Order: sequence, then structure tokens, then C-alpha cells
Amino acid sequence: MENFAYHRPASVADAVAAMKKAKDGKFMSGGMTLLPTVKQGLAAPSDVIDLTGLKNSGISVSGSSVTVKAGTTHVDVATDKGIRQVVPALSALALSIGDPAVRNRGTIGGSISNNDPAADYPAACLGLGATIHTSDRKLAAGEFFTGMFTTALKPAEVVTAVEFPVPAKAGYAKFPNPASRYAMVGVFVAKLKDGSVRVAVTGAGPAVFRVPAMEAALARDFSAKALAGVTVDAKTLNTDMHASATYRAHLIGVMAKRAVEVAK
Amino acid sequence: MPAISMKVNGQVVTGEVEARTLLVDFLRSNLGLTGTHVGCDTSQCGACVVHVDGRAVKSCTALAIACDGASVTTIEGLARNGTLHPMQEAFREHHGLQCGFCTPGMIMSAIDTVNRRGKTLDEATIRHELEGNICRCTGYQNIVAAVQAGAAKM
Ligand SMILES: Cc1cc2nc3c(=O)[nH]c(=O)nc-3n(C[C@H](O)[C@H](O)[C@H](O)COP(=O)(O)OP(=O)(O)OC[C@H]3O[C@@H](n4cnc5c(N)ncnc54)[C@H](O)[C@@H]3O)c2cc1C
Ligand code: FES
Ligand code: FES
Repeated sequence: MENFAYHRPASVADAVAAMKKAKDGKFMSGGMTLLPTVKQGLAAPSDVIDLTGLKNSGISVSGSSVTVKAGTTHVDVATDKGIRQVVPALSALALSIGDPAVRNRGTIGGSISNNDPAADYPAACLGLGATIHTSDRKLAAGEFFTGMFTTALKPAEVVTAVEFPVPAKAGYAKFPNPASRYAMVGVFVAKLKDGSVRVAVTGAGPAVFRVPAMEAALARDFSAKALAGVTVDAKTLNTDMHASATYRAHLIGVMAKRAVEVAK
Repeated sequence: MPAISMKVNGQVVTGEVEARTLLVDFLRSNLGLTGTHVGCDTSQCGACVVHVDGRAVKSCTALAIACDGASVTTIEGLARNGTLHPMQEAFREHHGLQCGFCTPGMIMSAIDTVNRRGKTLDEATIRHELEGNICRCTGYQNIVAAVQAGAAKM
């Protein structure tokens, strides 16, 4: 692994300034994705800007929203009592990420900024219609996740928090890859308090996406049987060593039904 | 090179490291604490698990410089005056190892599990908690038995 300059700024403004000065800088939160990537020579940043010095972690829950600061670890989301009360699907999702040591370090800000096509949090963000807060602006999840490993973030923009609306009901079902625990397919369904329904799929395509046909069927009748016969076209889905696009299309149907069944 | 200082197994240690030095390399090469192992380069095997400020961490996926000021416990820090920690003793007693390569990480993860979830652990919980620790010898059966027995004695 190539050497780099290390910075640990104490404020968001200093982090942004350090990034602007760096030739090819990278932010680091939990490092659970960045460090394996650098170790394997897939990235060789000139500067690593460690965001843990911001001490930007913590969760606040109100009647209408849950705000998770970007540096909050997966274990802290999984075990937060307030979240478990108002969006238990989010607790279950965080508990399904990787393994305990990964959950002890990995953060929500790092996960969504990385936007791995098989990551779990993007499904919750898009499925609930979250708002992503950054050093510059607020973005709807639908604008934030733009493609495979890409987001709307500008080079020196820091994610600071994720704000989820409290839904009437939500559920997440994931078919984990047995080796990595990443989602082969994960489906997040939510019925929001205004009655609208959102269905977001991760693991299956180049990036997280919604399924309007399922949303329409569930808006009429929020039950697993309402999804009978609603299919997703395999043409745009991923084929890799783990699963074919056709199999993933099938799994989306199965996981969507399970997500509706566990929704609360 | 930047100078760092941390508490390892209760003792303050200092050293000079490159920014890219991983915590596991600092422990093994600078401090000679070779009980912490490296079994993969994909952050998946868990042979390198240590505790940093009381939480299980894969030391192959943490920068030493980022642990400046932290308190670290490794497998070498568990025994007291020549007496094995109850979790170590349980692995011996229940034959929870064959080659032993995965064992330090297994034990550090197991103790972290007890710290978070208590001393009474059912088999399903133990298996879920050990998802990040891979063993290529035992088939896990005796590891699960050892963790259950060790937890009860902690
Ligand atoms: C063995 C293993 C299993 C895993 N299993 C799963 C799984 O099942 N599901 C899953 O979803 N994930 C999984 N992960 C990934 C894990 O959740 C990571 O923690 C997460 O993807 C990245 O979070 P991080 O805080 O570690 O980010 P880092 O690795 O520090 O950063 C990741 C990327 O985001 C950027 N970044 C970080 N923070 C910010 C910020 N605040 N603003 C802007 N950019 C930022 C970095 O520059 C980098 O490009 C797994 C990882 C491992 C090693
Ligand atoms: S050496 Fe394999 S996870 Fe650290
Ligand atoms: S005992 Fe050999 S790897 Fe576990």
C-alpha cells in the first residue's frame, strides 16, 4: 500500500479545506471500505483525511423524523432504542451489515458516499425518501445516488447527516451473499404517513433503484399477495459469479414479499 | 515519521510510524506482539481482531496513526499472572482449535460478544456473532461450544 499524508481535522470546514489542498485526497470515516481498497492498490490517495476527528456521531429521533449523523457506526444504529421504536426496519438493516467488527467501525456516511451497488443503507435512504445533509446542501436520496459507486457529491463535499422520515410502516428483506454478507438482493418497502408507498432495491442493478409497478400495487393493497405477478425486467440487472440477472429478478419478487410481511 | 502513543495491554507504548502503517503491523512488527494474526487481505477473516477502546476491531483495517491515544487489548493481554482468561481456558478445554491460526481473533471476538450481549449465549447468537471470523480447520462446532462455556465463566 502506497504511503499518503494523514490529516485529522476537527471541523467540517477544515476537512473541506484539507481536501481542496490535496492533489488526490480521500475522506475516511470507518475505513472499512477505503482501507481494503487502498491495500489492494485499487486506490492510491495522496492524502487521507480522517473524519473521525469531527466527532460527528449521534442519533436524534422525533415524532416525524430520525436524524443520524454521518459518523454514526452501524452498531450504534442497530442498537439505538429510539430507532427501534419508530423504524425497526432500519435497526434490522444495520444489524445485517457485515459482521460485528465491521459494524463497530463502518459508518452510515461512509456507506452512502461509497454507494456500493450491493450496500444496504442506500435501500433504506431511497426506500424511505431520506434527505442527505452535506457540508454544502441538502439532497433527496433520489438525487444523491447517481450510479455504480457514484453519487452527486462534489470532490470536496462531506456528508454530515441522513434524515429519515418516520414511516407508517417499513420492512427490509435481504438475501445476503453467504461469503461477504453484502446484499445479492435487498428490498426496502415503506408506507409513508401520507399514504404513499416506496420500494427500493439494492444488490440487483448498477445502483439502488425504485420499482414503480410494485409501489402502485402496494399503494392499492399493502400486502404480500398484492405483489403476485408483478415482475422486474432482468435486462437492466447485474450478472456476476454470484447470480444471473434472471435469478436476481426472481429474488426481487421474493424479497419484496418478505419485506412487506415483516413491515411494521 | 509521525510519532504515536497508545496504551497496549495496559502499558503506554510509543513509536514512529508511516501514515500507511496498519494497526496490526504496529502491534506485530514494532511491539513484537505476534499473537494477532493476518489471514487475508480483504478484511473478512477476523484473525486480526483486537479491542480498541473496548470494541472489537479488525486491526488489519485500521491505521496505527488513527489509534493514537487509544487503549488497545490483544490476545497477549488476557491472561493474568500465568492464569488463562476463562475464554482462553474454554477453547483449550473444549478443543476449540486445531491449527490455532484463527484462535486469537475468535477469542477476542467472543469476549466482545459477551461484553455486548451478556454471559448467556445461545448457539444461534454465537454463530451470528462469529460471522466475521473464519476458521479453515474445525468446522466451528467446538468453537461454538467453547464460546458458550467460556461466556458462562466470565
Ligand atoms: C467484511 C466486510 C463486510 C461488509 N458487509 C457489508 C454488508 O453486508 N452491507 C453493507 O452495506 N456494507 C458492507 N460492508 C461495507 C461497510 O458497511 C462499510 O463500513 C461502508 O461501506 C463504508 O463505511 P466506512 O465508514 O467504513 O467508510 P470509509 O471506508 O471510510 O469510506 C468509504 C468511502 O466514502 C467516502 N466517505 C466516507 N465518509 C464520508 C463522508 N462523511 N462524506 C463524504 N465522503 C465520505 C470515502 O472517501 C470513501 O470513498 C462490509 C465491509 C467489510 C469489510
Ligand atoms: S487479516 Fe483478515 S480480517 Fe484482518
Ligand atoms: S483452528 Fe485452524 S483456522 Fe481455525
